[in-house]
Amino acid sequence: MIYEKIKTTLSSLFPDPVPVPPEEESAGDDQEKKVKSPPPPRQDGLLEREYSVHGYHLDAQISPAQLIAAVTMLDDAEFFIESITGVDWIKDNQLEVVYDFSRYDFDLCRVVIRTRIDRQSPVVPTITSIYPGANWHERETHDFFGIKFDGHPNLIPLLLPEDADFHPLLKDFKA
Amino acid sequence: MNSPILLQPDETFILNVGPQHPATHGVLRVKMEMNGEYIVNAETVIGYIHRMHEKMGELKTYPQFLMNLSRMDYLGALGYSHGHVLLVEKASGIVVPERAEYIRAIMVELNRIASHLFWFGAFVMDLGGFSPLMYALQDREHILDMLEAVTGSRLTYCYFRFGGLYNDVDDDFITAARQFIPRMRKSMKKYHKLVTGNIIFRKRLEGIAPLSKEMCRKYGASSAVARGSGINFDVRKNEPYSVYPEFDFDVPVYHECDSLARYMVRMDEIEQSLRIVEQGLDKLPGGPIMPDKKPKLIKPPVGDYYQAVETARGSFGIRLVSDGGKNPYRLKLRSPTYSNMHLFDEACRGMMIMDALAFMGSLDLVIPEIDR
Repeated sequence: MIYEKIKTTLSSLFPDPVPVPPEEESAGDDQEKKVKSPPPPRQDGLLEREYSVHGYHLDAQISPAQLIAAVTMLDDAEFFIESITGVDWIKDNQLEVVYDFSRYDFDLCRVVIRTRIDRQSPVVPTITSIYPGANWHERETHDFFGIKFDGHPNLIPLLLPEDADFHPLLKDFKA
Repeated sequence: MNSPILLQPDETFILNVGPQHPATHGVLRVKMEMNGEYIVNAETVIGYIHRMHEKMGELKTYPQFLMNLSRMDYLGALGYSHGHVLLVEKASGIVVPERAEYIRAIMVELNRIASHLFWFGAFVMDLGGFSPLMYALQDREHILDMLEAVTGSRLTYCYFRFGGLYNDVDDDFITAARQFIPRMRKSMKKYHKLVTGNIIFRKRLEGIAPLSKEMCRKYGASSAVARGSGINFDVRKNEPYSVYPEFDFDVPVYHECDSLARYMVRMDEIEQSLRIVEQGLDKLPGGPIMPDKKPKLIKPPVGDYYQAVETARGSFGIRLVSDGGKNPYRLKLRSPTYSNMHLFDEACRGMMIMDALAFMGSLDLVIPEIDR
């Protein structure tokens, strides 16, 4: 089973398991406070997702520095690249880059790699040296979110006009 | 033939294919650096008809976005709508009646045949044969008439709803679909006689533009591009969704890796789609086409969701990030031709230009679907 294999490989990225925060006593006043304060952004780590609900199996949140290592693991395990995209978490002042991987064989396993970066200086390393097919996906993500892919061979607008200096999928974008 | 020649990179010129060029079937531009008839380097320029569907996805509510899906790939529109409704149903826990799911599969397969027929005609026209297009369009016309009677449109369908369908099929549709199956099988024989065996046609495609398995994987290719390179990958089989596990059909795979293999895969797929339609009509259960219980307002719970479907052009993926509101927080559309077209730049190096255009035709491009 590739699922168990890749799970073991990916969990080697997280030597220290994330400490589970102790459950707070749920008094009535506390609950009201909880509703008001937004939940903190997710910590790095590997999660197993229910496939029938979410449509993918493994969900790894990593730091940008671990990206090349994680993608190399998937490349070695013969995953193909499905897509790369971004999500703007403006409330956390963060941008998220999401990488989707899947397989050609019948050993179904969808893996999502995500990394969060600061919204003001969004830079992640490129994976075009591992997957040449990431080229357009990264250019598109740069178009839409302004995320810079460090080391990308040709980071010019792909879908937007060649002189575009705006990033339409940022939540504070005004047309 | 395509024998390697000693390229002299200092003697090159730039040739712009497109943005308006009959061989690109849309507004696509390829900047080719040529050495005589041979391509030294190619750079595909896309985005001429980019409409930012993903932003529209954030600005519109879930039902409002239904019509956008069919404006991406106008030849095989229903497959894309199918992915979208399946995703939202999965995320918000809506149960679809069996009859609706069967009708969806029948419609998607008919649409796939229509799309492949148009591709077949246009592909042969790219290679210089005009008349097959007319035959293909005649067959496609029957499908469009059937779909029009039920869905209300011929090209940009908005037929699927969250939970079911907008309209039930009637006896006329079932009769027409049953009559269409033997007619299409007869036509396929005609096409194979007329085109597949043609010596000029074969010489233009055999051994041209080989794509390795490794290259397909690195670029995420799907549909006939992957299956023509010996990869047995079809989302309907690999990641079964809807009622596809109920149907008995095969996935055509060819190991030649050339343009002819990609052609053969699509031609064989028409027969497989006919088989699915036939079984779907036989098994079509009665009952409602919309569920009794359905939330008035679609608000999927917080989280992110992914759904892949096999459209006429390959594996279409759609990722939804929901914040629990009535609009998606983020909607990513992963279009299959985007990945298939991407490998063109690398694959066409050293190829003769006419071979590259035949190769481009074998990728089955629909430009609005690349640009979104």
